[in-house]
Amino acid sequence: MEFFGPVLDGFNVVLDPTNLLYCLLGVVVGMLIGVLPGLGPAATIAILLPMTYGVEPVTAIIMLAGIFYGAQYGGTITSVLLRLPGEASSVVTVFDGYVMAKQGRAGTALGIAAIGSFFGATVSIIGLTFLAPLVASFALDFGPPEYTALAMLGILLVATISGGTKIKAIIAAAVGLFLATVGRDGFTGAERFTFGNLSLADGIDFVPIAMGLFGVGEILYNLEERHRVATAPMKVSNVWPKGKDIKEASGAIGRGSVLGFFLGILPGGGATIASLASYAMEKKTAKDPSRFGKGAIEGVAGPESANNAAATSSFIPLLTLGIPANATMAIIFGALLIQGITPGPQLISNDPELFWGVVNSMYIGNILLLIMSIPLIGVFVRILRIRAAILAPITALITMLGAYTIRNSMFDVLLVVIFGAIGYLMKKFGFEPGPLVLAFVLGSLLESNLRRSLLVLEGDPTGFFTRPISATLLVLFVVVAVWPMIKSVIDKRKSGSLAALATQEKEKENA
Amino acid sequence: MDAKKVEDKQGKMPAALEVPPNTDEEETLTPEELAAQWEAEAPDPAGPIANLFSSLVVLALSIIGMVISIGLGLGTPAAPAAGMWPFIITLIAAVMSVVQIIVGRAGGKDGEKFSSMSWYAVIGFATLILMVVLMPLVGFEIPSLLLCFVWMRWLGGERWRSATIYSILIVGAFYAIFIAALGTTIPRLF
Repeated sequence: MEFFGPVLDGFNVVLDPTNLLYCLLGVVVGMLIGVLPGLGPAATIAILLPMTYGVEPVTAIIMLAGIFYGAQYGGTITSVLLRLPGEASSVVTVFDGYVMAKQGRAGTALGIAAIGSFFGATVSIIGLTFLAPLVASFALDFGPPEYTALAMLGILLVATISGGTKIKAIIAAAVGLFLATVGRDGFTGAERFTFGNLSLADGIDFVPIAMGLFGVGEILYNLEERHRVATAPMKVSNVWPKGKDIKEASGAIGRGSVLGFFLGILPGGGATIASLASYAMEKKTAKDPSRFGKGAIEGVAGPESANNAAATSSFIPLLTLGIPANATMAIIFGALLIQGITPGPQLISNDPELFWGVVNSMYIGNILLLIMSIPLIGVFVRILRIRAAILAPITALITMLGAYTIRNSMFDVLLVVIFGAIGYLMKKFGFEPGPLVLAFVLGSLLESNLRRSLLVLEGDPTGFFTRPISATLLVLFVVVAVWPMIKSVIDKRKSGSLAALATQEKEKENA
Repeated sequence: MDAKKVEDKQGKMPAALEVPPNTDEEETLTPEELAAQWEAEAPDPAGPIANLFSSLVVLALSIIGMVISIGLGLGTPAAPAAGMWPFIITLIAAVMSVVQIIVGRAGGKDGEKFSSMSWYAVIGFATLILMVVLMPLVGFEIPSLLLCFVWMRWLGGERWRSATIYSILIVGAFYAIFIAALGTTIPRLF
């Protein structure tokens, strides 16, 4: 019972009416904003960060986690109804989901996605409950060299796995690390890159960067982009999947959940890779693979279970190692830091109420999600009918006024707008904002651990390789860093695009 | 600018920006064809000049960063000074931007070309900046109203009447939520 004591106590935390209310609020807001095309989970959480000020840390994180999986499900709705993936992890849902919608089975697709999401997340939470303490206890012995290596590996993995050019992603990460150095140096007290500006002496705040790059950046980008899409969503009926549908999808849901759980633990785009892998797996194991792309229910159920399972298990590296696995987790990491909580191996033992409260809130949040999503689909469809022209200024105002309320400072709002412009330009020039934000939140941790390691190792960098864990992590780092370069040289001639794949497959079919 | 002009303007949009007709063909698309169609509809990549320009900006900034870092003092590995870590990062950024200049000299597939629609983002940014400037002076109501109206009428192509009505409703709702209900201290006129 020693293990389950704190776990059960965590339920007391969740069942506190305030926490329940914020959990509900998070899920609903997450779904609502997730439905809006163009704003994915990272942007949604970034815009709503100001809401977490002035509430208890547990409550804040419970709400943010709710927003996260709510937005995850919201993205599915646009995939199915508009053929517009709300985010990268719902892209494969489009293939069969939209076709199902065209066949008049939109309700079934959304219903099975909700059930699959619920099941995937639940499997993942149970896995998290058992795996997280193990990982944390393993990481308790980590010293500065291990943390240095781990943070470097985490940043590199996110940079190389995210879409776009690897080199540009690494540049973005370097910029993030650099921005983290602005302000007073914790070791020597020297002012770095403040140019005598008092507002910069304490360093750049995380919230304006996240709100700007993800929030305003996306909003500006959508101003330019949204003229591209203007299809009205179709009607939705029969939301409750029939017994036959559930039977057909159950295998896919089970496989997707387990696959998603394991892929989600790995740093970098867990949910996206999980949904892609699950789709591929379903197609491979199906008796009749040709049904895929023509409205196969497994093509919705598998990836949707997998991406929610992965989204949930991506909390493991954050809560046990203090290393966010993706951009969204980086924002939650930042929110925790603001609340005065440093996620890491000590979190479970030092702050069991927070840890188990957040973990157990996911059960409640997913039950809420399941209960709310099916009856609320009609509401979401109506939201989708609201013209983007009217929604855009609303999201912009929420961001601007929200940014002001953090510290009642116009300087913060200005920073948000400026980082918004930077985010927009980064997107246009092919730089991902994700690695930048991730590197920014890990920046001071990485620097202080590196400097502490150098002190411990008396300035001898080879010392990193005499400790087994840091040596392993660094070897992995080098492999991850060098492998894409070798691979890109090999693959240079081969076009990796899906379009090329399509023509290849066609040629095969013709042959 | 009246509604007709907006329509004219949208009529002249480049082909890639036009909404694809919602035909029944879509039903028969395989995932691969759909992905190919997305790729075809996607905007052109930013191209070699944008690559060179952005890499040079990074290079210039990282060189400045390196110079300042040296000014802060690097110290030794055993006793690193304040400038050591920023120096390492800016050095990595500088090296990577040089690599990017070489690797991406043909343009690559990333990024997006600026189009005539990019002006919408510029106007959007300008209205946000204007709001930051005006809010401390006249409160949030008038700048918000202006922002909503500009974004709906000119950036969104709404009609005069709907843009006016929705702007007023939205600002009213924000007043109700942020001022009346939450009691925040956002600068306000009323």
